[in-house]
Amino acid sequence: MSPSRYGLLVGGLALFALVAPPGRAAEPSPARQARLAEIVAEDCGACHGMTRKGGLGPPLLTKNLAGYDDRTLATVILDGRPDTPMPPWRGLLSDDDALWIARYLKGETDVR
Amino acid sequence: MSASRIVALAAALVLGACATQPEPRGTGDLGLVVERADGKLLRVENSHNTALGEIGGLGDLSHASMVFSRDERYAYVFGRDGGLTKVDLLEGRIVRRVMQAGNSIGGAISQTGRLVAVANYVPGGIRVFDADTLDLVADIPAVGPDGKRSKVVGIADLPGERFIYSLFDAGEIDIADLSDPKAPKVRRFTNIGREPYDGLVTEDGHWYVAGLFGEDGLALLDLWNPQAGVRRILDHYGRGERRLPVYKMPHMRGWAVAGDEVWLPAVGHHEILVIDKRTWTEKTRIPVAGQPVFVVARPDGRQVWVNFALPDYDKVQVIDVPSKRVVETLHPGKAVLDIGFTPKGEQVWLSARDSDWVSIYGTATLKEVARLPAHRPSGIFFTDRAHRMGM
Ligand code: HEC
Repeated sequence: MSPSRYGLLVGGLALFALVAPPGRAAEPSPARQARLAEIVAEDCGACHGMTRKGGLGPPLLTKNLAGYDDRTLATVILDGRPDTPMPPWRGLLSDDDALWIARYLKGETDVR
Repeated sequence: MSASRIVALAAALVLGACATQPEPRGTGDLGLVVERADGKLLRVENSHNTALGEIGGLGDLSHASMVFSRDERYAYVFGRDGGLTKVDLLEGRIVRRVMQAGNSIGGAISQTGRLVAVANYVPGGIRVFDADTLDLVADIPAVGPDGKRSKVVGIADLPGERFIYSLFDAGEIDIADLSDPKAPKVRRFTNIGREPYDGLVTEDGHWYVAGLFGEDGLALLDLWNPQAGVRRILDHYGRGERRLPVYKMPHMRGWAVAGDEVWLPAVGHHEILVIDKRTWTEKTRIPVAGQPVFVVARPDGRQVWVNFALPDYDKVQVIDVPSKRVVETLHPGKAVLDIGFTPKGEQVWLSARDSDWVSIYGTATLKEVARLPAHRPSGIFFTDRAHRMGM
């Protein structure tokens, strides 16, 4: 990497740190939201169905998840369900990502 | 209009009329690529690596698979939404489509080609259809010892109009005999292990192997001696080692049998298991670049090609069978979802979903020879499967 690109990257990270202070839920960027929606359709879809009507995993339609609050749902996504095929997504998804997906699944938000 | 223009127009009309009577052609080099986001299939041919057109209206094609009629003219496509669709590969159109269940996972075609069986998650069981008409022939629920319906996985055809499959929730392997379609008989093997997630039959019809998700090892049934029952193999595998999160279930369809060896993806590990087929014991493990999804042998068994689960799915590795060495790591595109060899294996097609193309490699040179545009392609299916048992 050239020194100038490196500088840009550091600058970018600093900027990111400023707009997303740790500990507070931040809305993922529009590009990240689009990517997350894709992950839900394609990668969660591998087990839950592309249209979320279920497969090896249960359906994830809005009506199926109405009983969960966003935090609980985000925790299921990040930690998975031990001893079932539901894997923990921590490592691939951040807390903010998981919270956004939880709200997206519940129909409370959409890709902006 | 001038006289000469009229003559030209008439000539064009005559030509046009001829064009509606296409040259007869065979189907042995045809195939279908799944474009699941659009519920479409891309009709392709592998003699010149071209796309022949799209067929739409197939519903939810996530995890879709298909089998072919023995004349290699028709594909039976199993959709996630329970749709069963018969597609004419010559005319590039849907012949018939039925919604046969709420949620399904795959299917098989019988030895005679007269019956098509679909494995269903919801309602758990198999349904068998007349291959000509898609009329329902038999409905066989999958019910575990606890009386509950179970999701069905790993269905394959066996000689004698039989189908074998595994019950994910019940931990069971069943064989349905439809030699008399009006009175199907089911033979059950219970307590085979927790959560079989997929299964396969060796092409000689001798062995059925079910991969287990809920515990280590595999369940093995000798189909030439079924009274001996199901035996557990490789149950020491992975013991004491931490399993990585499994973001995508590995597939056993298209698994690799190379000579006396069986090559399988290791669930939750960056490894391929090589099993000695004579003793069904582990011979060696090969470290690879991620969690393997498809482990497919080139038809001659000299190479094995592997793709991977998220987040390593931009890579494909090629392993030399005799030396068991990874000889190449390829980057055919983003999110490589399937591997399809041409019938004699001189080329391999790789679908790169997030790159919107199918990349075609020469298997001797390991170089890309062509690239076909496709919209978010996933499964690749060529008609030569028609004549292979267990496919
Ligand atoms: C390898 C298969 C697999 C993948 C991939 C997968 N899941 Fe799951 N998921 C399951 C299974 C199986 C369950 C049911 C677990 C149980 O029995 O409690 C489940 C359960 C859940 C639940 C709880 C549902 C409920 O009604 O309690 C949520 C929420 C969920 N998954 C979200 C996701 C999301 C979001 C993704 C993608 C980031 C994802 N899953 C990817 C298999 C999977």
